[in-house]
Parts: sequence; structure tokens; C-alpha cells
Amino acid sequence: MTARIGVVTFPGSLDDRDTRRAIKLAGAEPVALWHKDKDLRQVDAVVLCGGFSYGDYLRAGAIARFSPVMETLIEQAKSGMPVLGICNGFQILTEAHLLPGGMLGNDHLHFICRDQKLRVENASTAWTADYEAGQEIHIPLKNMDGRYVADERTLDMLEAEGRVAFRYVTGGDAAEGHGNPNGSLRDIAGISNEAGNVVGLMPHPEHAVEPLVGSGRTDGLPFFTSILKKLVTA
Amino acid sequence: MSRTPLDTVEHAAETPDVDLPWAELGLKKDEYERVVEILGRRPTGAELAMYSVMWSEHCSYKSSKVHLRQFGEKAPQSDALLVGIGENAGVVDVGQGYAVTFKVESHNHPSYVEPYQGAATGVGGIVRDIIAMGARPVAVVDPLRFGAADHPDTKRVLPGVVAGIGGYGNCLGLPNIGGEVVFDACYQGNPLVNAGAIGVMRHEDIHLAKASGAGNKVILYGARTGGDGIGGASILASETFDDAKPSKRPAVQVGDPFQEKLLIECTLEAFAEKLVVGIQDLGAAGLSCATSELASNGSGGMRVTLDDVPLRDSTLSPEEILMSESQERMCAVVEPSKVDRFLEICDKWDVIATVIGEVTDGDRLEIYWHGGKIVDVDPRTVAHDGPVYERPYARPEWQDALQADDANKLPRPATPEELRDQVLRLVSSPNQASKSWITSQYDRFVQGNTVLAQPEDSGMIRIDEESGLGVAIATDGNGRYAKLDPYHGAQLALAEAYRNVATTGARPLAVSDCLNFGSPEDPAVMWQFAEAVRGLADACQQLGTPVTGGNVSLYNQTGEAAIHPTPVVAVLGVIDDVARRTPVAFREEGQLLYLLGDTREEFGGSAWSQVVHDHLGGLPPAVDLERERLLAEILISASRDGMVDAAHDLSDGGLVQAVVESALLGGKGARLVVPDGLDAFTFLFSESAGRAVVAVPRSEELRFTDMCGARGLPVTRIGVVDGDAVEVQGEFTLPLTELRAAHEATIPALLA
Repeated sequence: MTARIGVVTFPGSLDDRDTRRAIKLAGAEPVALWHKDKDLRQVDAVVLCGGFSYGDYLRAGAIARFSPVMETLIEQAKSGMPVLGICNGFQILTEAHLLPGGMLGNDHLHFICRDQKLRVENASTAWTADYEAGQEIHIPLKNMDGRYVADERTLDMLEAEGRVAFRYVTGGDAAEGHGNPNGSLRDIAGISNEAGNVVGLMPHPEHAVEPLVGSGRTDGLPFFTSILKKLVTA
Repeated sequence: MSRTPLDTVEHAAETPDVDLPWAELGLKKDEYERVVEILGRRPTGAELAMYSVMWSEHCSYKSSKVHLRQFGEKAPQSDALLVGIGENAGVVDVGQGYAVTFKVESHNHPSYVEPYQGAATGVGGIVRDIIAMGARPVAVVDPLRFGAADHPDTKRVLPGVVAGIGGYGNCLGLPNIGGEVVFDACYQGNPLVNAGAIGVMRHEDIHLAKASGAGNKVILYGARTGGDGIGGASILASETFDDAKPSKRPAVQVGDPFQEKLLIECTLEAFAEKLVVGIQDLGAAGLSCATSELASNGSGGMRVTLDDVPLRDSTLSPEEILMSESQERMCAVVEPSKVDRFLEICDKWDVIATVIGEVTDGDRLEIYWHGGKIVDVDPRTVAHDGPVYERPYARPEWQDALQADDANKLPRPATPEELRDQVLRLVSSPNQASKSWITSQYDRFVQGNTVLAQPEDSGMIRIDEESGLGVAIATDGNGRYAKLDPYHGAQLALAEAYRNVATTGARPLAVSDCLNFGSPEDPAVMWQFAEAVRGLADACQQLGTPVTGGNVSLYNQTGEAAIHPTPVVAVLGVIDDVARRTPVAFREEGQLLYLLGDTREEFGGSAWSQVVHDHLGGLPPAVDLERERLLAEILISASRDGMVDAAHDLSDGGLVQAVVESALLGGKGARLVVPDGLDAFTFLFSESAGRAVVAVPRSEELRFTDMCGARGLPVTRIGVVDGDAVEVQGEFTLPLTELRAAHEATIPALLA
């Protein structure tokens, strides 16, 4: 038995095919979902992938959040369906209030694409169980609006509840992918909701699943094996 | 152009004496007279608009055509060529049923006027060319040239261009895998923004730009037509910048990458359902170009109702609609029974699509507006029978003096300390420094098939996940070499791109070029152009790599000062299994470093002569195409059979530049020994062509050197991968940390 994992294509989604490939490589069944369709086709989990949904006009993720597919998705996420938001997907999840905070433009005002070093802070979410807490991994990062912000109370709450899932590793060699790449508060790269079924992060695990392409590492694969194990054993 | 009364064909015939603004639209007097002769009457305003844009230098290649013919005449026999020059882009067979289309184009002038939009729409245009062939775009590359790195205007132009390329390409989901960034004062005021793209399709999916089948519908789809870019082709791209004229900003188009992304997806879906008979993108000269080219390449005529074109600005005149270069538009010819399905797919992607006309069984292109016929022409006369100029050309008087100013006679470093210092100056100079500040603004990961991206020698994309089949692309063009000798300079550009493809393990297959020159009205520039084309055509013939298409950009000059002749050459290669690719980085200590090829005292046009002496003179490195071919064969075999773990082509900056780059990328140092018969300076800085450096695992040493020996390629052991410094024995040691700081700090310090 395997699990069906949906990947939503919005107009302007870019990494939908990559994400479906990563799901397949992990051994699960990828299912294409369409933004105008409320039907989630009985998937067990959903990934909102990277891109520039609706051109990211108005604000990244702000329009996608109102698309028909999101109505069903928000409802089901609240009742426990695992959802992973990558980059633009993370932005959509914050716009949809499934995750707190939001993303602003990178502090250096440029698009940045690099193989980023992250520390896994929480290895108990639906999407991170195959990592170990404290593990350092390299995951490609590529965005224009990646600076995570929230008010101090929210940040304190996230920390206290262990909901900071990933942090940018700072203090080392920039050539090795160290450093906070965009000015995110408290070096936050990704967070989860209270239940741990909804996770969002700016870096792209789907670009680190094969040794030959992308970053040439496979540090991103555990995202997809984590969820598969959880769904299959559930 | 007055709109009352409507200037119909009938009205034009009745009013032969009306003065038309042909000069303002960029036509010469004799060109206008030819239009009158062709039509047998004065043109209507709309016809004049069409002829003026289509006969512009940018669209008609009127100055370059007589020379470009050589690419066809001298084309080598190639089984790989599926579609050659003349279509939106050439198509090459890469095996396993796959075809690859690729092309490089310029967007130089708009990028100077408005760097962000100019560069962005350059990417948009080349990507639409690729889609129009039936292919899914899979990667882009961007060869760029800017003025001096420390000139204040470079800080205006470069960040805008880079942000524009990134802003557009990143939004389309196309990995940016290669290109170049070169600084030289000659490009001040005339930056070169060339954009290349690659697309992949199955053989049976190739589409062409032709309208055939009377009764078939002509569908315009994509963005609404607005007032942007009007006259862009004729006025912007075909005239020299002149301080006295008013600002040309309004002629630059504005891009919307989101719209283009939708256009890609809906076009590919329509292709997949076999709904499209012919297709053309709307680029330079907009609807004028698309309608006249579709009609003239097809079997019949075409009738278009301009009132049906969806407009962004309802006040546009018919002339403006015909000339508008609004981005993100395409034109498809669809059988009547398939129109509904085509429109449905467009609607699914929220793309506006409108039937604006149909293919007729006549041979005229007729365009109507408010019920009146405002265009009635033979489309061939618009699209293909533009003027052809045999521009006078002459070797400039200063060429001899330039070549006599021998760079080999420049003072060389006298001590190891000076040598060390000059190495540091070289690797930190703007042209040789790391460009990661620029390339990290481009998404190189998207689509999940990027095997190699800059700063590798070529960009490489996997096109089949099962078999590992892949393609590689490299673009090169050294304007300094071409200035010293345009014939050999163009050949060196080809040789370098060819070598770069082979260095990564791919077999070079075909060529696209972007020929950037000054004003064709200057006989010296025209001579440079003629020589470069002749050189490139000869070299393509010898290397067996046909030119599949390309682009000419003239008038890259301000006043009397033309840019260096800059033929940018893109070579496309194929690799059977991308797992066999060879990267640049030194990865394992103890591996042996070999120099392949001959090193001579060749410093003309070199990076060293520029960085240390601010000098340009002498002759460029000698060209030996048979050697290039042999070197390529060795590199491809070595990659395929796992005999080398790293390889790097030697070009500007010579051996030391290559070794430093490989060392920094891999984080592993190198100990070098100056080979017998060479002095340290020549060993490190010479730019002799036909060379590469490779890192060979010890277990493969004998097999590798035997192969080189058996096939007659000079191979010299020059050292070993080792430690955390680049050391030249008996000369100097440069720690990687010091090299990295020098190599990586320059560009951010100048531009960030």
C-alpha cells in the first residue's frame, strides 16, 4: 500500500512537476490537483509547491489563497490532513492563516538562489520525522520574498511550542551555504502548525532528491519519505 | 497618420499625392519608392507601417543577408539537422526520438534604454520562439557584455539587466544554466544583452510558422495589444543612439512573465492535442510580422479583421495595432473544427484568445478595419522581399597598426613576487572574478533536470529520466580577439564554445549565433562583420557543426565609436548519459593534473594584457580546428569512460585562471610544476587555444595518457590536486582563502 499525495497547480506554479517527481522517488503516488477544482481527489496529503501563483501580483500567495482548491484544503488541513508548503506554498499557507506570520522581500532586495544550510529543529512533524532534531542539511533556496516575519509574541509562542521546524545555519562559511539569506527573524526557515500536520518552509526539498541533478544532494528526500511512512503506518 | 477619412486601399489609390511619414518610420527614400512600385500606388498608412517595420534592419537583415548566406552555402553535412535557418529556431535531432531547438537573440538597445524591461522581454521573446517550434522550453542562458565595471552607468545597467533576466526567467520556471558576463569600456552605452533558450520535443511535434488550408482560422491569443513597443523594431533597433534625439523610452516593451507562463502551458496543451496547423510568436514588428510571415510561408493568402484584436487601449489606430510589440502574444492557425477546443484550452489557462481572421485561397494578405480594406499586399513582399544591401566594406586603416602593437612584447613579471601579484590581480579582475553575485539571482534548479549550471564550462540538462540522455550548451565570444582579427576571432568563439561543450563530456552538434556589431554604414564595421561571418561559416564547415539560426544586432555604437565586433556563438551538444558528465571542480586529493594541447607565447587580446597593461594589440591565439576536434574527442571519450574526474577548458586568463577556478569550486588546492620548455609566465598566462586541464585518478593515468599518445594529442603532466593552496613550485604559493577572497569580492564590491 502506498499513499496518494496531491500537488496543486495554480496558474504560475513552477515546481509542480518537480514535486510530483520527488513524491514518486520517495515511493508515494503523486496526484495532480488543479486550482479551479475543489475536489482533492481523495489524496492523503497535499504539497503546495513553489512558483509565482497568479504572478504573485498583489502579494505572494495572496490571490492563490482564495482559489477553489484552497477552500477544501483549508478545511481538511484543520482536521488533520498533512500539508506541506514550499516557498510560494509557504506564502500561501500564511495567507490562508494555516500558519502564522508572513514573508517580506529579502533584506538585500535581490532574488537569491543557492544551496542553503539548514538545521532541523523539530523532527516530530508529519514531514520531518525521518530527520533527527539538530541535524544539519543542505536544501536549495530560491526566492525574492523569503524574509519570515511575525510579531514578537508569535515568535515566542513558536519557539515555546517547538514549532520552528527549520532554521538557517549562521556563522559559518557563506560558500558552504551558511548564513541567514534573507533577514528572516530568528533565522526561521520553516515552521509548523500546532498539530504538526501543516509545515511550511522557504527552501525547496524537491530540488534535493537525486544525486545527479539540482544541488547534487539528496537531503530533501526525507520530507517525502517521512510523510509516506506516516501515512502508510497510520 | 490621420484616422479621418480612413486611409483604405481605395482611398490611397485616389489620393496618390498624400505625404506619408516614411522617413520618420525609418524608411529610406529609395525603399519607400520600392514600396510604391510594388503596390502600383502609394501605400496606405497601415501598409506603410507594416513595410517600415518589416524592412527595418532588425527584421529584414538587409545589410547582413548577403553575408549570412554563407551559413547555408558552407553548411556541413549533418544528419542531426531537422530544421535549419529561417524558422523561429533551428531544430536538431539528439536521438531516442527527441529533438532539441535552441537559439540566441539580442535585446541590446532596449536593455540600455530600460535595463530591467529590456532584458526581461529579451528572455520572453526567445522563449516564445522556442514554444513556436512546438517545444517545451527547458533552459535559458544569457551572454552579457557591459561597459567598464567601475563606470557609474554600469551600476545602473547591470543590476537592472540581471534583475530583469531573473525576474522574467525565474517566473517562467526556466533554469538559467549558462552565459557569460564581460566588461569592456567599448560596451559603454551599448551593452549587449543576448538571450538564449533551449526547448525539447519529440520529432513528431515540430511545428512551423505557416498558414495553410483555406478556411482555417487565425487565432491571436495571449496578452491584449497595447501601445507599448510601437516602432521598437524600426526605430530602436535600427538606428544609432544620438544624444540630440528625444528619449526613446516609450518604444521599449513591458513584460509580464506570468502571462507568458500561461502562454507556454496553454500552447503546449494545444500542441499535445494536435490542434495547431501553424504558429508564430509576436515579437519584433508584432502583428505585421506574424501575419505576413504566416501568410507568405503558407499556401494561400490571409484575411484579418483588425477590429477583433483585443486591445488594452481602445484609442490605438490600426497602424499602431499592426506595429505594437506588446509582449506575450502568439498567433495560431487552427482548423475550423478544432477552434472550439483551442479556445477552451486558452480559457482553462485564463488566456484571452480571439479569432481575428482566416486563411484564404488567394495570395494576398488583406486587413480590414471598420469595414474598410486598409492592407492589400503580397505578403512575400513584406516578409521576404525586403531590400538587400551590398554595403561597402573595407579593412580599416588602423588594423595593421593594431596588429603590429604586439602584446608578446609587453613587460612581463620579473620575479616570483610579481608573478604572484599578477595572478591575484588577474583572478580578481572584473572579467575573471566570480560572477556568483549575478548568477545567484537566477533560478538554476527549477524543473529538476539541471545537471550542470554556471560556472561550469557548459550548462547541461537531462532530457530523459530513464535513459539519462541530456543536452549541453555553451556560449562564448571574445570581442577583444575579434577586434584584432575578426575572421579568426569568430572562429575562436566557436572553438571555445565547442571545447566547453566537449569538456563536460557532451558531443557538439550544432551552432546558433548572435552577431553583435556596430553600424553597417561604416565600411570598417562592415568589414569586421563580413570577416567574422566568413570565419564562422568556414569553421562550422570544418568542425561539422551547422549553424541552425541566430540573430544579427547592428548599430551597436554611439557616435563614431563602435563596440568590439562581438560574435557570440552558442554550441549545443548531446550526451548519452548525464551520469557521465565531467564537472570543473577538483574533487579528490592526489589526482593528477594534465595539460592537454600546446602552449605557445600567445598574449594578444589576453586577459593578462588587459588587466596588467590595459593593452589591446597584436594577434589573437592561433586557430587549429583539427586540434580542437581531436581535443574534443579525447575529452568526450575520457568523460564517457571515467578517465577524468574534473576538466576545465583553457581560455581567457589561461591555465592559472582555470586551475584557480577548479580549485575554489572543489575546495581542493593544486601543486603545479612548470613543464620543461616553458617559462612560468607563459605556462600560467598564455591563452593558446585548443587546450584543457584535466584531473585524472591515479588508477586511470596510464589508460588516459596512452589514449592521448595513440591519437597524437600532446599531454603534459603539470601537477597534482593537493592541499589548500595553489602552489607553483619554485615560484609562489597562494592559499585558497586568499584566492577566494580576491576572486569573490570584486563583483559585489562594484555592484552590490
